[in-house]
Amino acid sequence: MKVSYFPGCTLKNKAIDLDIYARKSAEVLGVTLEEIEEWQCCGGVFSTARDEIATKLASVRALKAAHEKNYPLVTVCSACHNVIKQTNHAMQNDAEFAQKVNNYMAPEDAYNGETQVYHYLELLRDVIGFDTIKGKVVNPLKGQKIAAYYGCLLLRPSSTMQMDDPENPHIMEDFISAIGAQPVIYALRNECCGGYVTMESPELAKKKSDAILENAKAAGADMIVTACPLCRYNLLKNGTDMPVLYITELLAQALGVKEDTNG
Amino acid sequence: MQRIGVFVCWCGSNIAGTVDVQAVSDALKNEPGVVFSTNYQYMCSQAGQDIIKQAIAEHKLTGIVVCSCSPRMHEATFRKTAAAAGLNPYMVEIANIREQCSWVHKDMPIGTEKAIILGKAAVAKVNLNTPLTPGETPVTKRALVIGGGIAGIQTALDIADAGFPVDIVEKKPTIGGKMAQLDKTFPTLDCAACILTPKMVDVAQNDKIRIFSYSEVTDVKGFVGNFDVTIKKHARYVKEDVCTGCGLCTEKCPQKKVPNEFNLGMDNRRAIYIPFAQAVPKVATIDPNYCTMLKTGKCGVCSKVCTAGAIDYKQKDEFIEEKYGAIVVATGYNPISMDKFDEFAYSQSKDVITSLEFERLTNAAGPTAGKLLRPSDGKHPHTIVFVQCVGSRCDSCAQKGKEYCSKICCMYTAKHAMLTRDKYPDTDVYVFYIDVRTPGKNFDEFYRRAVEEYDVHYVKGMVGKVTPEGDKLKVQASDLLTNKQMHIDADLVVLAAAIEPDKSARPLATMLTASMDTNDFFTEAHPKLRPVESPTAGVFLSGTCQGPKDIPETVSQAGAAASKVIGLLAKDKLTGNPCVAHSDEWMCNGCSSCERVCPYGAITYEDKEFRMPDRTTAIRRIAVVNPAVCQGCGACTVACPSGAMDLRGFASSQIMAEVDAICK
Repeated sequence: MKVSYFPGCTLKNKAIDLDIYARKSAEVLGVTLEEIEEWQCCGGVFSTARDEIATKLASVRALKAAHEKNYPLVTVCSACHNVIKQTNHAMQNDAEFAQKVNNYMAPEDAYNGETQVYHYLELLRDVIGFDTIKGKVVNPLKGQKIAAYYGCLLLRPSSTMQMDDPENPHIMEDFISAIGAQPVIYALRNECCGGYVTMESPELAKKKSDAILENAKAAGADMIVTACPLCRYNLLKNGTDMPVLYITELLAQALGVKEDTNG
Repeated sequence: MQRIGVFVCWCGSNIAGTVDVQAVSDALKNEPGVVFSTNYQYMCSQAGQDIIKQAIAEHKLTGIVVCSCSPRMHEATFRKTAAAAGLNPYMVEIANIREQCSWVHKDMPIGTEKAIILGKAAVAKVNLNTPLTPGETPVTKRALVIGGGIAGIQTALDIADAGFPVDIVEKKPTIGGKMAQLDKTFPTLDCAACILTPKMVDVAQNDKIRIFSYSEVTDVKGFVGNFDVTIKKHARYVKEDVCTGCGLCTEKCPQKKVPNEFNLGMDNRRAIYIPFAQAVPKVATIDPNYCTMLKTGKCGVCSKVCTAGAIDYKQKDEFIEEKYGAIVVATGYNPISMDKFDEFAYSQSKDVITSLEFERLTNAAGPTAGKLLRPSDGKHPHTIVFVQCVGSRCDSCAQKGKEYCSKICCMYTAKHAMLTRDKYPDTDVYVFYIDVRTPGKNFDEFYRRAVEEYDVHYVKGMVGKVTPEGDKLKVQASDLLTNKQMHIDADLVVLAAAIEPDKSARPLATMLTASMDTNDFFTEAHPKLRPVESPTAGVFLSGTCQGPKDIPETVSQAGAAASKVIGLLAKDKLTGNPCVAHSDEWMCNGCSSCERVCPYGAITYEDKEFRMPDRTTAIRRIAVVNPAVCQGCGACTVACPSGAMDLRGFASSQIMAEVDAICK
């Protein structure tokens, strides 16, 4: 099957591994990620100002592009996913906002949030299925103790994101089990890494990241896995010797489409 | 032709403030059948009622319309007034011009116009009213109490004390409920068992009370005064009348690894067990999910050691049918699941516990024999953090917790904190709260003592995250009064979980046709004036099934429910509601549509011989309504395709006349 794909800016430079292995792995699993033409940056933050439409137009354009092809829209980066999913939710549920956006863009057909938005993890869980993935694993990551790191954006606000329980999630742990490794549960897996304050208060960001890394280590983890480029950057910058990998890297490794084995 | 009197009430300024009452009484004067119309300040007052009585006599009225408040408030009052003046009470109609008119409008002309229309509709209906006489039904002088916690126990004792037989149905193997699991009770700190168990013994010894333990109500039919109830008595594989409660079997049973629900799974029991030492009835029960004999057919140790010969592996579930005049619901509560609150790490650490688990940890009969020890390593905790309102007052997270205040947590947390400091002065105790709510006799004084005499650290603010690391629980919280973040390395975290109605309450409410609110608490007939009665006649409410309550409140409500039951059972006969369905046998074609929609099972069919117009006879199948069972809901009148079914007092012709009057 084919799906529309919104990689996002970071995946075109810093987080290129997240992008490459997302595509490769999806191909193995029978899904082609078709990149949206001329997509624009999601803006990085979903503005909660209700009369603000300018920062959300890029997301609407991507959503509309997917809708025109009648494909679901898949994202990988936690931040992009958060912005696009929240924008889509607003298009569905906030009639005034949707009208303003449609009036501004003046498209032939109004867009009202019809597109189904999947995070890559949801694509794996809900469309492909973790059981199918288990069947396609050629290089199971046996014996590896992997701590899933959700960060703050992937699950919240939970009423809109609707991915998993924000306080006791298991989608990434189920993913880790599916590729043959052993998930490690630790309390700080859904706390903020401090990424958003890393410029203005590096000490605070370090404090947050250190606490996460220590907590994961104390719980016995060999490695941390995440879907968020900003989280990975922050954890590595402040980090110890704990490797921090993207979900797609591990998936590619397990599916045998990643050349070097890392970690 | 009727001679109708119209009486418009001002209700002080409640109605007269937005409705021109003079204009209403003037306008209704000219309606068909109306021979008298007036208005008065308070129609429900003695003087107001006298105006009605006098008018009935003077103008030989055959029907009256009172334009006043909701019929739920004063219909009964005005029916009595009419009856006292010699008029059939069912010739009275109420036009609700208060709740449905003056209270919802601000504009006098609009309010007045609507009041006139509502009055016209009521006049149109009275024109078609006919006198009705209620029937009488006998009362079964036996009460059923569902739930054997402190609420059910107190209700049963009070009813029995008045001389009426009572049955208690309890789904657990013993009565006692949550109170039996508590350690001390606020604000006097007397031990729960010391004040509860004598009552349990009273229940056991009272010859008016029967206990159906390990049993559930599976079906309820009938109506007030005459309920037919089916009780399922689960097989406990022990003959109740033979078992002496010696407990030998519970010591010898080789299956030792069964989570002990009485201690909330913090220790284990055997597959055959007596929940606690003072259980009533003190009879062993075999847990079929764990018993090796029942699962594999091999073992039989309990049977071998039982000198009384009470073990019966072949026992089957038993169904008992019994008649009752009144039913009291006392199904109680449970703490909510902590699954959705993992920010407190309840699923991650054994040392994060709920307050009910804390009760067991400090109870002398609990898993640690009353010593406060951490569940993970059995060490004494030196820093304890109590978190209040876990899942209570959750307006932003309704899908996760409850919007209401669970009411009991502030007091029991103060109790836990105080007792900990009293017994273990070397322990640091923190309590995080949103608000401390301690209204109640000697309650606030109790909480102040915890703060002032026992140096418990009360912090206004919520805990955001609990992180288990090593043997510590890292608690991150905010102190809202100093606006600072707090980090505490705790040894034990205690969560005051919100309470919710027991899961058995919802299906039970369906069986009883008793209403519930969105939180599954039973609804009372009137929140202020009839707080222990359900809107369904003959069903009464006791304890936390109606809303969060502490023990003193529960006991008061239990007594109040009992007195309502006694009032009902003291009557020999009940006056029924004459506004019930009846079928026109000439129009009925026996299609069964009405029988299918009747929620009360009031409709049956019979074959009847008819003399036809051509002088032949024919046998036809027709519907017959049992007026004692019919509740007058009217579902059948809507379902009947031939229009044979009609409701007395609410006939289709009367409703249509009202609609016509409104639309004219």
